[in-house]
Amino acid sequence: MFRSAYRSALITAFTAAAALGTSTIAASAAWEPVRPVEFIVPAGTGGGADQMARTIQGIVTKHNLMKQPLVVINKSGGAGGEGFLDVKASQNNPHKIIITLSNLFTTPLATGIPFNWKDLTPVAMLALDEFVLWVNAEKPYNNAKDFMDALKAASPGSIKMGGTGSKQEDQIITVALEKAAGAKFTYIPYKGGGEVAVQLVGNHVDSTVNNPIEAVAQWRGGKLKPLCVFDSKPMPYDEPIADGKAWKDIPTCKSQGLDIEYLMLRGIFMSPKATKDQVAYYVDLFNKVRATPDWQEFMKSGAFNTTFMTGDEYAKWVGDEEKRHQDLMKEAGFLAPSN
Amino acid sequence: MTTNSPGAGPMHKTVEAGVTIAIALFGVIVIIGSVKAGINWGAEGPRAGFFPFYIGMAIVVSSAINLWNGLREDNDSLFAEWGQLRQVLSVVVPTAIYVGVMPFTGLYLASMVFIAWFMRWLGKYNWLTVAAVSIGMPVITYLIFERWFLVPLPKGPVEEWLGL
Amino acid sequence: MEELANLFHGFAVALQPFNIMVMLLGIVLGVIIGVLPGLGGANGVAILLPLTFSMSPTSAIIMLSCIYWGALFGGAITSILFNIPGEPWSVATTFDGYPMAQQGKAGEALTAAFTSSFVGALFAVVMITLVAPLVASFALQFGPAEKFAVYFLAFCSFVGLSKEPPFKTVAAMMIGFALAAVGLDSITGQLRLTFGITELLNGFDFLIAVIGLFGIGEILLTMEEGLAFRGGNAKINLRVVIQTWKELPTYWMTSLRSCLIGCWMGITPAGATPASFMSYGIAKRVAKRGNNFGKGEIEGVVAPETAAHAAGTAALLPMLSLGVPGSPTAAVLLGGLLIWGLQPGPMLFVEQKEFVWGLIASMYLGNLVGLIVVLTCVPVFAAILRVPFSIIAPLILVLCAIGAYSVHSSTFDVVMMLVFGVLGYLLKKCNYPLAPLVLAIVLGDKAEEAFRQSLLGSQGSLGVFFSNALVSTIMVLGLIALFWSAIQEGYSRLRAAAA
Repeated sequence: MFRSAYRSALITAFTAAAALGTSTIAASAAWEPVRPVEFIVPAGTGGGADQMARTIQGIVTKHNLMKQPLVVINKSGGAGGEGFLDVKASQNNPHKIIITLSNLFTTPLATGIPFNWKDLTPVAMLALDEFVLWVNAEKPYNNAKDFMDALKAASPGSIKMGGTGSKQEDQIITVALEKAAGAKFTYIPYKGGGEVAVQLVGNHVDSTVNNPIEAVAQWRGGKLKPLCVFDSKPMPYDEPIADGKAWKDIPTCKSQGLDIEYLMLRGIFMSPKATKDQVAYYVDLFNKVRATPDWQEFMKSGAFNTTFMTGDEYAKWVGDEEKRHQDLMKEAGFLAPSN
Repeated sequence: MTTNSPGAGPMHKTVEAGVTIAIALFGVIVIIGSVKAGINWGAEGPRAGFFPFYIGMAIVVSSAINLWNGLREDNDSLFAEWGQLRQVLSVVVPTAIYVGVMPFTGLYLASMVFIAWFMRWLGKYNWLTVAAVSIGMPVITYLIFERWFLVPLPKGPVEEWLGL
Repeated sequence: MEELANLFHGFAVALQPFNIMVMLLGIVLGVIIGVLPGLGGANGVAILLPLTFSMSPTSAIIMLSCIYWGALFGGAITSILFNIPGEPWSVATTFDGYPMAQQGKAGEALTAAFTSSFVGALFAVVMITLVAPLVASFALQFGPAEKFAVYFLAFCSFVGLSKEPPFKTVAAMMIGFALAAVGLDSITGQLRLTFGITELLNGFDFLIAVIGLFGIGEILLTMEEGLAFRGGNAKINLRVVIQTWKELPTYWMTSLRSCLIGCWMGITPAGATPASFMSYGIAKRVAKRGNNFGKGEIEGVVAPETAAHAAGTAALLPMLSLGVPGSPTAAVLLGGLLIWGLQPGPMLFVEQKEFVWGLIASMYLGNLVGLIVVLTCVPVFAAILRVPFSIIAPLILVLCAIGAYSVHSSTFDVVMMLVFGVLGYLLKKCNYPLAPLVLAIVLGDKAEEAFRQSLLGSQGSLGVFFSNALVSTIMVLGLIALFWSAIQEGYSRLRAAAA
């Protein structure tokens, strides 16, 4: 199963590259970076987006995919607002791209900074990051239903949910869970996903919604167990991780009676008013990156959803996500007072 | 290089009072900002402005005490002589200009002029030494930061024109 | 004994010619990174991470961890020579290191700093080698309440130390807290104290404040006193190293205490910064010549450097065994592990023996190589102080500007640096202590975050800070440190009464 998923991903990548083939040859002749390209990460060093950006930088260097260097710069201030505003202000500078996470939507909504994704030029969706409901392995919950029953039975707020950041993806999922169960968590925000997973191992929180890559080490070590994944179908990776269980064996939350789906965008945008040729150059570049075995390996290690989109399809997806986030954040009462 | 004339200068007391009042004003700004962010105890524990509010209060209160102590003190000493302050300003003003023009000219050009000015006016070096250091330093900086460590520094029209 | 066999195997891996070359390269790059403000260890490692993509994971981690050691060594150099700490944990080194340099004892200060760093690191590595699994489980006990208790202890062991008027100390510290609060509030996800100014979104980075307050402020003070950096008469030969070494064993008590503090802080993981401040504060209290601290006491360099380096090294342990970084640099290294296809966590020690023990062996060797490299350079560093002020000053100012800029790639920060510089000059002239201000900037928001996380978990009850043996002990230690002088006075009175 994994092998075929891997191959089909490869084939998709190649066909995509082939489909773009003729136009990209023309495009790369039309525009190419003449200076080092700044790759902005609107998050701190060591986080998920940063890891992905630096992996891409490593792949580009190793396989010599660009003539000019690709320079990763972290601009994490104001929950990433700093990075978004920086790219927004770089009109007509095609040497600047940015990798996004859900804070593309949540940060402007929660803080009221003057930014919207439409200020940038969409390039491509690289992957989607999954979310999994985790509990400590010592706890008696064997599936999501057990856990939700315990949540309902407990006094409101006595079950603690740890997550990354405040009013961002983890807390949005938490609120969705609360609504589904008609019960209340106490949400405790931490700085990074790795820290959250360890707090769960140390029993300082009762559950988390970590991304696979953040918690996989603790799962393999037998300290945590996954209950369900917030996706419409199980993850495709069937290599056993712990106790003979693979990512594929984690049921969807929907099948457990929790109708919640949430995936986080790992996509690329570039500075405003970029020309078609410039966008085409980067699309072509990321197609080449996706075709490398290093990238495949990275996707596997983080159990990513490898959906790839560009152009109008991508823009439409982002637009839909924005609306969804607006609704979710509004319901949860996370909007900045000015909005 | 200290001027030996027992020169005049601002009183220590006056300057200290000024600094203390400035700190108190900073405290007031912090309080205003905190009130905007919400200073009460919300559903999720203390709100964003809760701690900064009391920090601002502490700044204002301690500044008031410092002001009182400072004014009561019997201290006739000078803060510094005018000559000394002129020395200090001879660094502050050019540095301020240096920092101010950096967004427009880029770091390299501004640094060259700044180093050259400093060495020529304060150090009275001959032009050859001045040129060597003021050109050498930015070039080395460029090589280390931009080429070696890939850290982009601010650039202006000259670098654009050179295609760097 | 299996560990020992593994370790020797690790040495064999680390001693391969390619790995030794990589080690040397890493140390030299690290020292350069540590010396240049703005290119801290975390940045340096992050920048060089993609370069390691085509190496084997073991060589790659050896190179990156050596950059890390090099940066830790290098951070002390600018702190001592120019009063400009490049990393938060070098701040405490300036307190006595810079006065020493001004007295012409730059060589001694540098030797003491480098040697202490080495001792601290060695202690931590030995600990990692022997008790790794045991220690890792200790780190798991640290939730938000315990973390807050640690920060509390760091503050308590440091305040009440300065000779300045108490309300000036309070004002200075509160300014630090206020500056640390600017930007995004991590608990509510709300912006605060930004007044709609985009540049303030990032808040005030410690580095910008410190470059301004300490570095620029010092240059302005020097200008006022005439155009000369004191300390030009520093001895610039290698004999100073031997002489200092003869003196260092006298401070074995301080060294040992600092090692323990450092290891503890590194594992918990509170990090090297509270470790260095705490160690300095406690040394000042218990040392015989404690009253001389701040005026150029060699023990005041030994304490923070030992603790910082021990913590920096020990911080790698929770990273490897739990996947929690103990420092920003460790966070980047962690990302590196994942990129090379290794998963840090409980299984790493079992599944990737060669890698783990290669890394541990390289900690021994890398620190030794690093020590030799930096010690042989002591005369060169000390000689920098002989460069005439009117050449070195503009160069320092330019480097400070670069450092301030590269933190967030923002020219606004460069302006702020100058503002902090003038502020530092005025505050120092008006007898305000700068150290509590910087401590508050560095730890303020972390302490607040841990405090509020604890309250969220306990649903508002303050009892959480005394809810178990561990957290209560640390809190009580903090309170003892806070009222230490009062306790000491009471004790001596009791003795006087008894006699």
